[in-house]
Amino acid sequence: MEYLFYILSGFTILSAILMISARNPVHSVLYLIVTFFLISGQYLMMNAQFLFIVNLIVYAGAIMVLFLFVLMLLNLNRETEPQKSMKAKLAGVISAGLLLITLLGALIQGQTYRGSLHITDVGLVKNLGMALFTKFVVPFEVSSILFLSAMVGAILVGMRKKEDKEVVSE
Amino acid sequence: MSNALPPLEHYIWLSSILFCIGVAGVLIRRNGIVLLMCVELMLNAVNLLFTAFSTHFQDASGQIFVFFVMVVAAAEVAVGLAILVMIYRNTKSVDISLLDNLKH
Repeated sequence: MEYLFYILSGFTILSAILMISARNPVHSVLYLIVTFFLISGQYLMMNAQFLFIVNLIVYAGAIMVLFLFVLMLLNLNRETEPQKSMKAKLAGVISAGLLLITLLGALIQGQTYRGSLHITDVGLVKNLGMALFTKFVVPFEVSSILFLSAMVGAILVGMRKKEDKEVVSE
Repeated sequence: MSNALPPLEHYIWLSSILFCIGVAGVLIRRNGIVLLMCVELMLNAVNLLFTAFSTHFQDASGQIFVFFVMVVAAAEVAVGLAILVMIYRNTKSVDISLLDNLKH
């Protein structure tokens, strides 16, 4: 079963790289959906069943459909895609590579976790529900208020002002 | 255990690589929507690491935290996309390099 992790990881990294390098933003969204599906596979391997299904429904389903919807609403495609100069792209890739080297270097220097993970049942819906509604019930309620404010904020930001409407109707 | 998972270290490597790909995406793209997607990729890398540590310590708190990260990400995307649509309405483009008014 261990080899499955490496296969999934390889495809995850590949699709993530394809996502940032795709010229067409719609292709970027599709590659990101593939990445999320593969990450969901990792959750399933760790027996985190709740996160597996939530990742599929919320990330790959709702959020990515929202992205795709906005992209198609604005009619963005390969022709309208703004491009950075080759020099700026190279600088960006080198900076990110340096960050990766720093992170991995810190990991090699620090405490290591060589023992393999063991499958547990903490990720089952029952156990997570018990933790969520006893120990974490206050943050859970606060997050619902956050959601409400985000919804109101999105509508408020997206609304046209009155004078704009008049200009359009003229 | 015959069906043991790989060591935690490998999960940390995978998450670091995914996070850095997200950072590279933010640095090399100019489309605002793709930038938001790269931020989502970085959040997902962190979520994966949270889940791996939660499995390692056999503690549900890490996976609850992933749940909250997803809540915040959904709220962030809703507001961020609304702002981007407004930017598009005003500038007729999602190119973030046009938003340099603070520079002048």
